[in-house]
Parts: sequence; C-alpha cells; structure tokens
Amino acid sequence: MPEKLDEQTMALRVAKEFEDGMVVNLGFGIPTLAGNFIPEDKEVVFQSENGVLGFGRTAITEEEQSFHLINASGQMVTPQPGMCFFDHAESFSMIRGKHIDLCVLGGLQVSEKGDLANWVIPGREPGSIGGAMDLAFGAAKLMVVMTHVTKNNEFKVVKECTYELTVPRRVSKVITDIAVIEITPEGMVLQETAPGWDAEAVQALTEPKLIIVDDLKTIQF
Amino acid sequence: MSINKVVSSYDEAVADVFDGAIILIGGFGPANGTPSNLIRALVKQGAKNLTLAANTPGQGRMETPPPGAGPGPGPMPERRIKMPPNYDNGGLLIQNDQVIKTICAFPGNPMPGMPSPLHDRRLAGKLEVEMVPQGTLAERIRAAKAGIPAFYTPTGPGTLMEKGKELREINGVPCVLEYALKGDYSFIRAYKADRRGNLVYQGTSRNFNGAMAGASTVTIAEVDYLVELGDIDPEAVATPGIYVDRVVVRQNPEEGI
Repeated sequence: MPEKLDEQTMALRVAKEFEDGMVVNLGFGIPTLAGNFIPEDKEVVFQSENGVLGFGRTAITEEEQSFHLINASGQMVTPQPGMCFFDHAESFSMIRGKHIDLCVLGGLQVSEKGDLANWVIPGREPGSIGGAMDLAFGAAKLMVVMTHVTKNNEFKVVKECTYELTVPRRVSKVITDIAVIEITPEGMVLQETAPGWDAEAVQALTEPKLIIVDDLKTIQF
Repeated sequence: MSINKVVSSYDEAVADVFDGAIILIGGFGPANGTPSNLIRALVKQGAKNLTLAANTPGQGRMETPPPGAGPGPGPMPERRIKMPPNYDNGGLLIQNDQVIKTICAFPGNPMPGMPSPLHDRRLAGKLEVEMVPQGTLAERIRAAKAGIPAFYTPTGPGTLMEKGKELREINGVPCVLEYALKGDYSFIRAYKADRRGNLVYQGTSRNFNGAMAGASTVTIAEVDYLVELGDIDPEAVATPGIYVDRVVVRQNPEEGI
C-alpha cells in the first residue's frame, strides 16, 4: 500500500483552501495545524469560538506563551495586529450568523450526502459536542479533514453515518490522508489523490461509489 | 460613596449559596478565565445538590503520579494543554460530591490512566450530564441576561440535540426551541474592576465570563485588580457594572492565573 499523508501534510493541503480575506475557524486536531501554514501573500483572519479574531500561529517560546491567548483547542497562540476579543455569546453570533466564511473540522464519519459525525464514538459516551455543532450548522462553508479509514481499516467515508450526527448535509469537501473528495448533489467526486494512490486504491477504502473527475490530479501543496 | 460591590473575602462572597442552587461558572477548558478561588471557597462552604453550568465542568483534580513513575497513557504530549498554576475548576465541586447535574458543552472523555471524578460519578448514576452545543449554551445564558425566555436556533435539527424539543421551520430553516438558562449565581473571572462592578477582561479569558455576567440572580466576579472609578476607560468597559453584584479582589494577582 502506498504511503499515506501525515497530519502536517494534510494540514498543508487544508491551508490551500484559505483564500485572501477569508474568516476561518479551525477545529480541534489536524484542522488547527493548518493555521501554521498561511501563505505570505494571503491575509486570513482566524476566529476561535472562545472569543478571538485575528490571532497568529501557535506560540512556541515561553515568552510567547500566555494563558490569556489560547485557541479553542486550548493551545497558546500569538497575537497579531488587528486582533480583537469578545465573549462567548458574541462569538457564536458570528458563527450562527454566517459571518465565518469557512470552517474546517475533524471527522469520525462523513456520508456521501454531506452528513458529518464527529463528537461521540459508540461505547465511548458521552462524547463532547463543544462548538462543533454550531460551527457545522453556521459556517458559510464546511470542510472536513480526517484519516480516510479508522485504525482498524473501517470506512470513515460512508454511505450513511452510523454515529450520532454533528450536522446533516453540510460538508462540501473532505480532505483525507489519501484523497480530496468534493461532495455534490450527484455524489462524492474524487478530485485529487495522494502521491502513489490511484482512483481504484482510494475507492477500495471508500464505502460509497466515487465519481472520478476526468483530470484526476495528485495532491499539490 | 454609596455603591460598593467589593466584598472582603471569597468566603463572604459565596456565604449565601444555598443547597440546590444553579451556578454558572466562567472559563474555557483548563486555561485562564476560571474563578478558581470562588470555587475553592464554595467547596469549603459546602452547599450541596448544585447544578453547574459551564462550558467545561471539569474533571476534578488529577492525582499526582508517584515520583519516578513514567509517562502513563493519555493524550499525546505535544497536544497536552498547559495548566495554569494554582488552578481549579468546577471539577473540584464534583469531586467533593456537591454537584448533582452539569449543563455543559464539553464534559470530555475519561482517559486511560487519568482519573475523572466527573465520569466516575456519571457512571455511578450520581451526576446527570446535559450536553448542550456550545453556542446554544452561550445563547441560553445570554437570553437569561437579556430577559428573553426562549429562542429558536438553527443549530441541532436532524441530530440528537433536537430530541424532546419543539421544532419549527422559520423562513425555510428548521429550528429548535431552546430555553434561557438563568442561574442563581454566576461565578466569573475578570482582570480589573471598579467598585461599581465595571469589568475588563484579559484576552481570551473573557469567554463565558462576559456572557454569564448578569445571567444569574447574583453575579460574583473574582478579579486581579481593583481600580478607582474612572480608571477604566468608559469606551473599554467590557461588562457594565450593573450586571455585577459582588467583586472579590485577589490578594496577590501574580499568584497563579
């Protein structure tokens, strides 16, 4: 089996989705890593639901770290000119009010209809919903980044989610460690594959039937 | 000087908390913005059968591993969240068996090798967990503050969160009816206060604190500094003082976060 992309490389691919001027909210895990890969020619404003807009990369040195500047994953981040703070009620006004252009969340399952399940694994209740549901319903655009299958090789890109939903029918794109898939009314469209992977190999690890674009590309970073 | 909301101790600030009270506790995860001293005072005070509403109710104190013990199983170290010094959250009240219910967005999962008073009590049937999407929790609290008894939100239809709730389509959008969440007490944390209770926060420590101020019958603010009236720029007041009933000032603001 060809090599799968590691988390940092997936995050790098996620960052390609950021457009100049976008307001972006990144979920826990791999999505958050993408915040460190902003091209210098783009101005992207990150929103974190714990009440900050316009923060910078992860804080690294002791000097940079402050308990008063964290993202929603609990990581300390750095300030940037133009940053602002607000309380939770204001923060979710931004989120539900469709003021966030793009939200990227992690996933446990994504269905071909665009349903997302990402907050509770059966047998590991109660799970934690956090801000994911409001973001999934409220962001103007919702994408998911996740491994393509579970550690036990079970499908995560599925026909129907069997786990509790975070949101029905809102995911527009899934970026995994082997593929980039767009979700359309016609079904899941395979757009890109990881280096060494072809459509057949991706399909073998995907439950729904994939539509293959004519100009299937290798993921570029 | 007739208005002075400053009380002299945490103990005095929480003295009248009664059994069965609903307490909204500010903060966000194990980072800053948590009124640790008010929580510890309430442990001492001992009120029982409490309902805690908080984003992250808290797992309780982690046991210190014995000296020489290797790194046990748990979350990946590079993602482990740094804990502020001298920090406690609502988990301490859960650990002390003062809580029968928590309304929260992020109870967390029990981790192998990390004891959780919250999940131990939940599994033993002694603690009810009502999970609420974070934005719905924030808005239920804001609604209480604003005198709105209930509201329709687009978050939740088609998921477990609609269960048992009234659904209604508004302008073509399916919505769920959610009720205001009014507390008996809000325990919040801020940076500076004046004697009227005007507050400013520090960075992302504002989080639920700003939303919870005024959402309960009594709002108690634990602050780092008390300043004179007029020292806070009126344009910069984050929480107007009328939402705050009691202010307790940290003796040593540098001591822990």
